[in-house]
Amino acid sequence: MTGLVISGITKSYGGNRVLDGVDLDLPEGSIVGALGPSGGGKTTLLRIIAGFLDADAGSIRVGGRSLVSDGRGVPAQRRGIGYVPQEGALFPHLDVAANIAFGIRGAARRSFDLDAVLELVGLDPDLRHRQPHQLSGGQQQRVALARALAPRPGVVLLDEPFSSLDAGLRVETGKAVVHALRAAGATAILVTHDQDEALALCDQVAVLRDGRVAQLAAPVDLYRSPADPAIAGFVGSVVVLPATVTAGVATSALGRLEVPADGPQGAVEILVRPEQLVLQAAGHTGPRARVEDVSYFGHDATVRLTLLDDGSPVDARVAGSDLPVVGEIVTVSVTGAVAVYVTSGGAV
Amino acid sequence: MISAVVAGFALIPLGFIVVYGASLGGREIWDLLVRPRVGELLSNTVRLVVAGCLASAVLGVGCAWVVERTDVPFRALWHVLAAAPLAIPAFVNSYGWSSLAPGVEGFRGALLVVTLSYFPLVYLPTAAALRGLDPALEEVARSLGNGPGQTFARVVLPQLRPAMIGGSLLVGLHLLAEFGALQMLRFPTFTTAIYDQYSSSFNSAGANVIASVLVLCCLVLLMVDLRLRSDRRFSRVGSGAVRHADPVRLGRWRVPALAVLVALAGASLGVPVYSLIHWMIVGSSTAFPAADIASAASTSVGLGLVAAAITVALSIPVVWLAVRFRSKVSTTLERSTYVANALPGIVVALALVTVSINYVPAVYQTYGLLLAAYAIMFLPRALVSVRSAVEQSPPVLEDVAHGLGMGPLTTARRVTLPLITPGIGAGCALVFLAVTTELTATLLLSPIGTTTLATQFWSSSSSVAYGAAAPYALLMVLISLPATYLLSRRPSLGGAA
Repeated sequence: MTGLVISGITKSYGGNRVLDGVDLDLPEGSIVGALGPSGGGKTTLLRIIAGFLDADAGSIRVGGRSLVSDGRGVPAQRRGIGYVPQEGALFPHLDVAANIAFGIRGAARRSFDLDAVLELVGLDPDLRHRQPHQLSGGQQQRVALARALAPRPGVVLLDEPFSSLDAGLRVETGKAVVHALRAAGATAILVTHDQDEALALCDQVAVLRDGRVAQLAAPVDLYRSPADPAIAGFVGSVVVLPATVTAGVATSALGRLEVPADGPQGAVEILVRPEQLVLQAAGHTGPRARVEDVSYFGHDATVRLTLLDDGSPVDARVAGSDLPVVGEIVTVSVTGAVAVYVTSGGAV
Repeated sequence: MISAVVAGFALIPLGFIVVYGASLGGREIWDLLVRPRVGELLSNTVRLVVAGCLASAVLGVGCAWVVERTDVPFRALWHVLAAAPLAIPAFVNSYGWSSLAPGVEGFRGALLVVTLSYFPLVYLPTAAALRGLDPALEEVARSLGNGPGQTFARVVLPQLRPAMIGGSLLVGLHLLAEFGALQMLRFPTFTTAIYDQYSSSFNSAGANVIASVLVLCCLVLLMVDLRLRSDRRFSRVGSGAVRHADPVRLGRWRVPALAVLVALAGASLGVPVYSLIHWMIVGSSTAFPAADIASAASTSVGLGLVAAAITVALSIPVVWLAVRFRSKVSTTLERSTYVANALPGIVVALALVTVSINYVPAVYQTYGLLLAAYAIMFLPRALVSVRSAVEQSPPVLEDVAHGLGMGPLTTARRVTLPLITPGIGAGCALVFLAVTTELTATLLLSPIGTTTLATQFWSSSSSVAYGAAAPYALLMVLISLPATYLLSRRPSLGGAA
């Protein structure tokens, strides 16, 4: 029973309201990504859960135990919440073994199984007597996680733990960390500003915006059915076009597209991901577009197009093996479901 | 080449001690050393150094933590006030205490005065280390179940160790070299004994042998420093901007903490300043011999300026070689100049007196010899600041300038000089501060009839003419203030005071 329930957390600095009533309910053992633009209050929320910072109002409960009520709460050292800060922050005066065993106290020291913890995070047991500066960035991050997991906390908080690692290491370390968290059965919050990381590693993703949870959803749902176009844009590139819906069909510059019949009617915005656009040689039926620019990434490429119909710009993602040429006229079609939103404020 | 000459020059005093020791027979040394008097001096010196280092460490670290990490009011002010005792030479501080409270003397009096004078040498590097400490370390410790006290003991204190130990050992070196304050407080140590032997009887054999013992003590401290420093690395792991820690809320401890800071500032600054002003007003011997004061002040300032220029000029080739052409030889040359700094002024002076009388009598009792002593003693101060400046001017910047079509001279003028000028200025200021408050070597080496603020103050106060001494000390403190302020802003320079 170590789920984490956060309700109504607010926090202001001066007149600036950083958190404005955050509610989150994390089932036991889930890994939730806290995603948001920098300055969106992610780190503040994490520090309030950890107990490094007092909230102005709100409550936090872990399992049946109240940690924060009415803003103030149990001191950090009595919460039993693991914390993995940015860059690991290993104690530079202690070796790997001493770092990991730092939170083990009293009689538990004798029965503490260092090798089990090292194995849990995928570290070579030979590293135990290394000093922190002798480790690579990924190893440091794993030691930091091992240190947080060693006292078997129910909840672990990770504050952008991979941001200082380079791209290759980031994926590998991220997978290892998630694997270890699952093996330990811990409920975890992973703060990140990298949407790929959040989508790839977490069970659920909470998008924090303007001090609130704008959406909490599983990665697939968040990507396919974002709550609004702004969230859609935040979790990936997106094409937003005005359209008119009548009887389950949206008419737009991309042609006639099927949409859910129970959705909004009339003037709407439709949302299409670039990988939903399929480009074919001109001559096929469907809306035509001119290729303006091709950004080639090897495995795939992003193609910037102008729809000939109304001149609106759209992006398409195509496989790297089959590239259109700049200036070429192509036919565009859409595969998969299209998300529909009531037009916000008219002009887009 | 120039570098080697500078290093050789800096090693004259040490060489002298070694050669002198070797020239005496073992029997002679034995007779001079094994005397009850030497035993007493040894005991006094060791007691004072050990107690002084410990007391300075406690005071310096405590003060640094309160000023850097708590919500005590007026933190910026306390930071400056905690560094300010460096502007008041220990012998002026001892005058302040002993003239107001005659009971301040002997071991306890000496410990009180030297601790109040030298604790900033621990405070400054410790405060800087605290400021640079990643607060995430403390947060992790707390999330792993450690309360504030345990977090301090298990995480913060180990990180502060290098600064604490370095600062304390620096205090130790200063205590080994301290002459004025201890003489005034009647607490004999090796340094005061050397001076007494030299000035009362010109008993150079006795003085030189004790000097060798003193040098040995200094080298022991240096070794301890190297040992303790090198056993572990304390680098920050990872990179990125250092976040500042949220200040600890003192709550009901706020007033007591403030009271301690006020008491400390009162004892280290208030007492000497008050007593100087007090004696100037009520002292029976108070006089303002304007001509004498002006001449002493101008000699002090003049010596300070010339010594600063010479010392910094000597340091530049040593640093350039050590930083730009790093090799075993260049590093050894640089290090060797630091050894000279560990030698007390009295030893440097004694060595220069003996060497000059025996080999170049023409320079004995000239300004040249005095300036040479200053340069040897204070070269490391110049080295530290010039070094940090040269390191801020990496060669790649010069390459860029060359790439943009600038010749070597234009590059030096537009790139290198602007970058290293602040460091050179800081070095000059530090040497200047040291010279204007230097007493021991000046007493021994200055040409007959030459008076500086320090020597005038010394001769008046040792004849208990408190009032007459006060104006000289006040001027000395005023002249030292700007350089001390600089030191409080750039704590890294405190490393080789």
